[in-house]
Amino acid sequence: MTDTATPVVEVSGLTKRFGDVVALDDVTLTVRPGAITGLLGRNGAGKTTLMQTITGQDFANSGEIRVFGEHPVENAKVLSRISFIKEGQKYPDEFKAKHVFACAPWFYENWDAEFAAQLIDDFQLPVNRRIRKLSRGQLSAVGVIVGLASRAPLTFFDEPYLGLDAVARQTFYDRLLADYGEHPRTIILSTHLIDEVANMLEHVVVIDRGRIIMDESADSARESATTVVGPRGAIDAFVAGRRVLHREGIGGLASVTVERLDADERREALAAGLELAPVSLQQLIVRTTNSATTDFGAEEPSSIKEGTRS
Amino acid sequence: MIDDSKPIFQQIAEQIENDIISGALPEESQVPSTNEFAAFHRINPATAGKGVAVLVDDGVLYKKRGIGMFVATGSRERLLAKRRESFRTDFVAPLIAEAKKLGISPAQLNQLISEEGEAS
Repeated sequence: MTDTATPVVEVSGLTKRFGDVVALDDVTLTVRPGAITGLLGRNGAGKTTLMQTITGQDFANSGEIRVFGEHPVENAKVLSRISFIKEGQKYPDEFKAKHVFACAPWFYENWDAEFAAQLIDDFQLPVNRRIRKLSRGQLSAVGVIVGLASRAPLTFFDEPYLGLDAVARQTFYDRLLADYGEHPRTIILSTHLIDEVANMLEHVVVIDRGRIIMDESADSARESATTVVGPRGAIDAFVAGRRVLHREGIGGLASVTVERLDADERREALAAGLELAPVSLQQLIVRTTNSATTDFGAEEPSSIKEGTRS
Repeated sequence: MIDDSKPIFQQIAEQIENDIISGALPEESQVPSTNEFAAFHRINPATAGKGVAVLVDDGVLYKKRGIGMFVATGSRERLLAKRRESFRTDFVAPLIAEAKKLGISPAQLNQLISEEGEAS
């Protein structure tokens, strides 16, 4: 991968407020060069604000940002190496899709026109149609094509595929992986479709209410939780004293998601007749980012049971 | 197929091992490139590379400079020996546990195994 020594993005103590709302709350983050990183979180968690601040399109109230070792705001040297594809990108009124691709080489020094032409074909994009006459999915395809064919050393995809159907999204993933394999670069992919992209990610950053709550390799994230299933009594005994991320039950059966279990603990669970199930990245993120809205207290299932009896 | 049961790199390594054991990847044949594995399984190339690296460390694969990865001579026998060693914990122990749960005696289980073995 390209110069693994210097981080591509370094952010420290970044805080951004919109009035009373704290969009970014003391964010410190280093983006690994040459990796595909997933920037994940709920709506309004701060993903887009973070990317806009890193790309110099928005200003932080406090904190430090370094992109390729320099401050990004109005820094042509830095910005020429960034491609930021976002939902709702605006284009000049009279523009047709082909005009966007004709302009692209002025902004992106690595622009590959041949690759763009192939992608236009893959997405069956009508390049002679006015941008504002394109469907939502076709508009997303324009962004995706620019993001891929620009081959920028630092590429952001912020929910790039609104309106793209499953087939077109798969095309995007396949072309992204193939091209990234041939031309390794730093890619930050922000999406809600976690299950679809989980296996493509090397690194995962989760942001929740403006704070980074997870920043680790995808492999390690995947192993950071396990669901234990079995008779309620045995489960209660096993999970006692552990941090419970999620709990549900039916009848005498309980299913509890707990934090990382080591080999001994796994053996202990199996010996107690409990079943262990893996937790997907999507489940893990759902379970770590919704604790504010739902209380998964241990008493909950039994109180429901008592409620139905009375 | 890739699932969530264990780290993806480990699943890639196991699939290559399976292909060596089955003969789909004969000794001294070239294994697909990291990018080919990544495209086929729709996974990150670095993850695929990690799976291949595990097998290089184990001496199952070796690198020919500028050409790619190849299956080392003697790998198949070594992998078979390794799998036979873990067969007891991976397959026999869960079988016994399930049989116990269902009230199948060791004698009945023996009979089932013999019958099934003759049938296949």
